[in-house]
Amino acid sequence: MLKFPIYLDYSATTPVDPRVAEKMIPWLTEQFGNPASRSHAFGWDAEKAVEDARGEVAALVGADPREIIWTSGATESNNLAIKGAAQFYKGKGKHILTVKTEHKAVLDTVRELERLGFEATYLDVQEDGLIDIEQFKAALRPDTIVVSVMMVNNEIGVIQPIAEIGEICRDKGIVFHVDAAQATGKVAIDLKELKVDLMSFSAHKTYGPKGMGALYVRRKPRVRLEAQMHGGGHERGLRSGTLATHQIVGMGEAFRLARLEMGAENERIRMLRDRLLDGFKDMEAVYVNGDLEHRVPHNLNISFAYVEGESLIMAIKDVAVSSGSACTSASLEPSYVLRALGRNDELAHSSIRFTIGRFTTVEEIDFAIDLLHKRIGKLRELSPLWEMVQEGIDLDTVQWAAH
Amino acid sequence: MFAPAYLDWNATSPLAPEVREAMLPWLGERFGNASSRHEYGRQARAAIDEARERVAAAVGAHPTEVVFTSGGSEANNLFIKGAAACMKPGLVAISAIEHPCVREPAKQLRRAGWDVVELAVDTAGRIDRNHWQAVLERRPKLLSVMFANNESGVLQPIAELASEAREARVWLHTDAVQALGKIEVDFRALGVHAMTLSSHKIGGPIGAGALVLDKRVELAPLIAGGGQERGLRSGTENVAAIVGFGVACQLAAARAEDEHHRLSALRDRLEILLAETGTRIFSREAERLPNTSFFAVDGIDGETLVGKLDRAGFACASGSACSSANPEPSHTLTAMGVDETLARNAVRVSLGPTTTADDIERFAETFARQVKELKELAAVAA
Repeated sequence: MLKFPIYLDYSATTPVDPRVAEKMIPWLTEQFGNPASRSHAFGWDAEKAVEDARGEVAALVGADPREIIWTSGATESNNLAIKGAAQFYKGKGKHILTVKTEHKAVLDTVRELERLGFEATYLDVQEDGLIDIEQFKAALRPDTIVVSVMMVNNEIGVIQPIAEIGEICRDKGIVFHVDAAQATGKVAIDLKELKVDLMSFSAHKTYGPKGMGALYVRRKPRVRLEAQMHGGGHERGLRSGTLATHQIVGMGEAFRLARLEMGAENERIRMLRDRLLDGFKDMEAVYVNGDLEHRVPHNLNISFAYVEGESLIMAIKDVAVSSGSACTSASLEPSYVLRALGRNDELAHSSIRFTIGRFTTVEEIDFAIDLLHKRIGKLRELSPLWEMVQEGIDLDTVQWAAH
Repeated sequence: MFAPAYLDWNATSPLAPEVREAMLPWLGERFGNASSRHEYGRQARAAIDEARERVAAAVGAHPTEVVFTSGGSEANNLFIKGAAACMKPGLVAISAIEHPCVREPAKQLRRAGWDVVELAVDTAGRIDRNHWQAVLERRPKLLSVMFANNESGVLQPIAELASEAREARVWLHTDAVQALGKIEVDFRALGVHAMTLSSHKIGGPIGAGALVLDKRVELAPLIAGGGQERGLRSGTENVAAIVGFGVACQLAAARAEDEHHRLSALRDRLEILLAETGTRIFSREAERLPNTSFFAVDGIDGETLVGKLDRAGFACASGSACSSANPEPSHTLTAMGVDETLARNAVRVSLGPTTTADDIERFAETFARQVKELKELAAVAA
């Protein structure tokens, strides 16, 4: 039995895994203590649960539990990491290097720092969405203090060469931050090997609750940050505010399940993604956005040429997908990520991001393939552009009249 | 099973069953990202809008004045730092008894060139109006005075202060985290420019709060990226917690008046019993929250006493929960001129909707016994 709309938007958010919800619920009932309450058992129980969860988050990424700081989500983690490091190390330099295809939480944060007097470079990506290491090296400056590169892109799922960038940054003594919100449970992360100093995590992209995230802050060599949220001195002074025990417990359980199940789960998801991609093979003028090899199996971002993006979304409302990043989809601007790959506005507008997850079934994939075939066929029948292409007219040579 | 009586409601409160019921679907099948444009996203957006209306209605504000945050600490940080970021450095004045999440952000402003002054309080913990006047004459740019103190429960005359602040053309912010759900909180009637609320002190979940903000106040966000909450607070909304917060506000507003009478009767009864054992009760002469009692016994360390009470089945606090990790004496008490030794003996009992008359009688009895034992021990040791 299919449940509509079929959810293929796992990169926007994931459902809370029922096993995670089950672990959270006791903390929403009888166990309600404030983990900072030191004078009674309500507080102690909460504190222990918080520390157990910290261990689970650390275990998924090969970190020491003492390197994990709780936040309200990856957006806050990104803000804390980038502003906190830039402000702490501003005596050493004022240049920040990031990439054009980063999440808004990184880009807007860097822009804010520019207004405060820092300088920033937004690196281009190649057509496949990946950064070029030589270009990256060339963009570094003697006064570069912070580099921020995401591990997995939220729109196109490509995996950036984090290990290589880490080596370069460590060599030059530059603080390296990685937004891994879209990576946990999808790619193996070992912070013992990776030379990453700061890494942002989100619970709700990995079957945990919304409103919960974490920041990894390396101890050896030690990275220093300026706190962005001040108060009671929670989280070693780096992030004040009462800890939301139920949410922390949820994130811990979600990351524990990810550690245990990601191997088998990713194989199954890859099979579903390949099936989906296969399903579009016989369609004309269909383009995959982003490299297919250096990419998480969960993501398929496709542009259907000669179809208008908004009408496409309306036409396929039985499947819940994104036509851009969830956080920016309220605007009608074409996706800045796809523009950075060199896609023109039309192709960027007519893109669909399918993201597959833990609860996606073969039947759902088959339904999506079938629906897309029917609806794209219909929309193209209505499209004058498609008609011209069918008649062999090269659209690039057409002189359009201004209205 | 041994279930201790919970007398620490100012630290956090258990989730109300109605709140839990309202939240569960949002941890289950209704899991969408409120920014998504499909059905899952629209459901989440509608739920957030409804919660915003509930919060606004409970505190006499307009829904568009409510900015959701991850909690009270973030809301306080957002106002202090966010308002300061839009101004040239000047003078910021906060009361001497603010929660650390107002005090610490204010101190941070010093590094940006701001002067910080702490408004003195009298021996009962009320704002010293002469000092307040003197500070207003120095033309501060930002003021923050908490509505109800988390430790003593003392209420400040916020409406009066706000009207004077308006006359002096200064933004006044009030941290109403402890007031909400215990006394009437009406944004419009108070006349403040900004007000902080927290969910988990009123039977809602930890992880949600709000800054209620007069739209004339210009504010820079603390957390950038994504542009949620009118650009003032980015990040995927915690739908379940926001829904829970909305329902908790509705419940708190509905029960406020009855609870007020019931709790103040219980608290007054408790203080009569405590006074019989020679306990010094702080701020008894001031207007206070109905649920809070803050007291100390000469010669008996607060931590020790609270530990003994916990083992005897009563959960209470020896200072504010956030700072109970550090051994500093209560900031609230030292500001009132209480000497450090007595301040270290302080115990806070805070009552809530499930507290019964029986809890109070049993607590007072146990308290008297523990105090007697500790005094005898002290006598032997001396």
